[in-house]
Amino acid sequence: MNIHEYQAKELLAARGVAIPSGEVCDSADRARDIASALLAGGDTLVAVKSQIHAGGRGKGTFKSGYKGGVKLFKTAEEVHAGAAAMLGNVLVTKQTGAEGRLVNKLIVAGAPAIEKELYLAVLLDRVTSRPVIMASTEGGMDIEEVAAHTPEKIFKESVDPAVGLMPYQARRISVQLGLRGDLISQGAKLIAGVYRTWLETDAALIEINPLCIIKGGDGKLKLVALDAKMSLEDNALFRHPDLQGLRDLAEEAPLEIEASKFNLNYIKLDGSIACLVNGAGLAMATMDIIQYFGGRPANFLDVGGGASKEQVTAAFRIILQDPNVKGILVNIFGGIMDCNVIATGIAAAVKETGMKLPLVVRLEGNNVVAGKKTLAESGLTIISGDSMADAAKKVVQDVGA
Amino acid sequence: MSILVTSQTRVLVQGITGAFGARHTQLSLAYGTQIVAGVTPGKGGQFFEEKIPIFDTVEQAMKETGATASAIFVPPPFAADAIMEGVAAGIDLVVCITEGIPVSDMVRVKSAMAGSRTRLIGPNCPGIVTPGEGKDSHGGCRIGISPGYIHKKGNIGVVSRSGTLTYEAVWQLTSLGVGQSTCVGIGGDPVNGTSHLDVIKMFNDDPETHGIIMIGEIGGSAEEEAAEWIRANCRKPVAGFIAGATAPPGRRMGHAGAIVSGGKGTAAAKIEAFRAAGIGVAETPSEMAATLLKMM
Repeated sequence: MNIHEYQAKELLAARGVAIPSGEVCDSADRARDIASALLAGGDTLVAVKSQIHAGGRGKGTFKSGYKGGVKLFKTAEEVHAGAAAMLGNVLVTKQTGAEGRLVNKLIVAGAPAIEKELYLAVLLDRVTSRPVIMASTEGGMDIEEVAAHTPEKIFKESVDPAVGLMPYQARRISVQLGLRGDLISQGAKLIAGVYRTWLETDAALIEINPLCIIKGGDGKLKLVALDAKMSLEDNALFRHPDLQGLRDLAEEAPLEIEASKFNLNYIKLDGSIACLVNGAGLAMATMDIIQYFGGRPANFLDVGGGASKEQVTAAFRIILQDPNVKGILVNIFGGIMDCNVIATGIAAAVKETGMKLPLVVRLEGNNVVAGKKTLAESGLTIISGDSMADAAKKVVQDVGA
Repeated sequence: MSILVTSQTRVLVQGITGAFGARHTQLSLAYGTQIVAGVTPGKGGQFFEEKIPIFDTVEQAMKETGATASAIFVPPPFAADAIMEGVAAGIDLVVCITEGIPVSDMVRVKSAMAGSRTRLIGPNCPGIVTPGEGKDSHGGCRIGISPGYIHKKGNIGVVSRSGTLTYEAVWQLTSLGVGQSTCVGIGGDPVNGTSHLDVIKMFNDDPETHGIIMIGEIGGSAEEEAAEWIRANCRKPVAGFIAGATAPPGRRMGHAGAIVSGGKGTAAAKIEAFRAAGIGVAETPSEMAATLLKMM
């Protein structure tokens, strides 16, 4: 589950991570008040940052034509105008897709003079099955680009889960980042705070990009987390009731929310052939085989190992709400589950939804003969596929991709 | 032979009295598997289906019945503890079926298991089947949730992160009259006990395994590591399939571990690693068995 920058910063700040002074708000008037206070407190520039779950905000464009989802202003009135242009409008960035995301909240924060931009992240290293701290001197850039072109500028510190992150490891990263003097202990404290946040919230990823060295009003150098990207691990949310409330349904596709209510694993894609499959691996493989034969999958949909008739019906309803869908491929390997139960569910769902699109069904496994008979005798136009390949070819042919 | 388990392996079930555990224990018994004990704290002294003794602890169950393998069906919040109980009791093999265990739990479990005698398969996996000699492979060892009847005794090893794709591959083999030595589902989570490579090495050393099907999916680099080892060391033909070529980056495709993140873990990179290692790549998931048989 992804959370917003302002939510991530609250979790981080509560664990000792320095962030720029500022507040979150949802009105232009409030933005102006926050800006006035910041300017009165000594800040000379104020940043206004759109809160959406997507990167590339600074270079994004609103559907209104207003440019920039993250902007710097010098006066409270400018902040008011900027905030009014962002709030309630849809921001399109390279990560949102053409539909963009509605901006409901803004961070209004002091924009200090930046001396240097760095990068810091905590995530799981799948090779070692341990947490890893990843840092780079190349902040403010796409870390994948840094990894591809200058991997020597990325430093990693593996954490032993039995003892946790040791202070010397945090100091070592600080030194590798080029911090000197008092900044080393600031860095060590900040890194420890980010790690503690990752651990205590069961986060999947925390990324601070950029982590900045700034010059404070007193002329001293300080380390602050200027931006924060954070996602929480879904499997651990059951033990964090306080964090479950951070979910923002406005950031999720409506059909995906609907599917999650029925315990269906659905991800919308942009093709024309919908698929309904049991099992995640088989569902991915079904998308792949549709593409292999020249079609384009409209979705990923795993109905799980023990799908009920209600779930199958809900799955059909969800698939059919996608206007791009021109045909459906059902691929069920009923290992333990009874193919006839699934076949009955499919027939009932087609009748209930009044579906007229081409439907190809590939059934295999337990009680498959009865299942095929149920479909054949349903009076519905259902095309039977003998194998995954046969079924995929037939659905692609029928949709005329 | 086979790997990990034989038809003689004595199995205990942690969580035998839950609905899920009970159902699959019945199916394993019907398959002819030697299920010798159940463990449910507080229900020690009772019997499952009037014949399988239930114990309060894994240690007691092992001592009384000689079980050497455990199947775990307990819910996610308690699964890490269940695994560690098996490890502490010194059991040879733990197969954790549970889906949805927090990653941080598994990070700690994996760290704590280092140096122990126990091998962990899973979590979030369909388990292991070593088919038996009887009709519809009856009499084999079925630990987990795989459909037993699709298997057939033979000489192909199957290893996969996905349950239903394992069944698909096994069914393709059996439909072509080709049997399996052992089929292992290693699970779809980002932190698991046993990797593709671990299983490939076992198949390579097993005289009864003559060919291998390895099924992978997007996320992580375990398939690449296995491929590198196969290139230099594997004496047996290997065919494979990677699921998720059409998956959008940054999205988790059902399995917790099936995600392309930061440009890493793509299907294209894994397929290239397979090709470079001489692994036969099935163009579609319909041709996993056929691709291997062509190589043999």
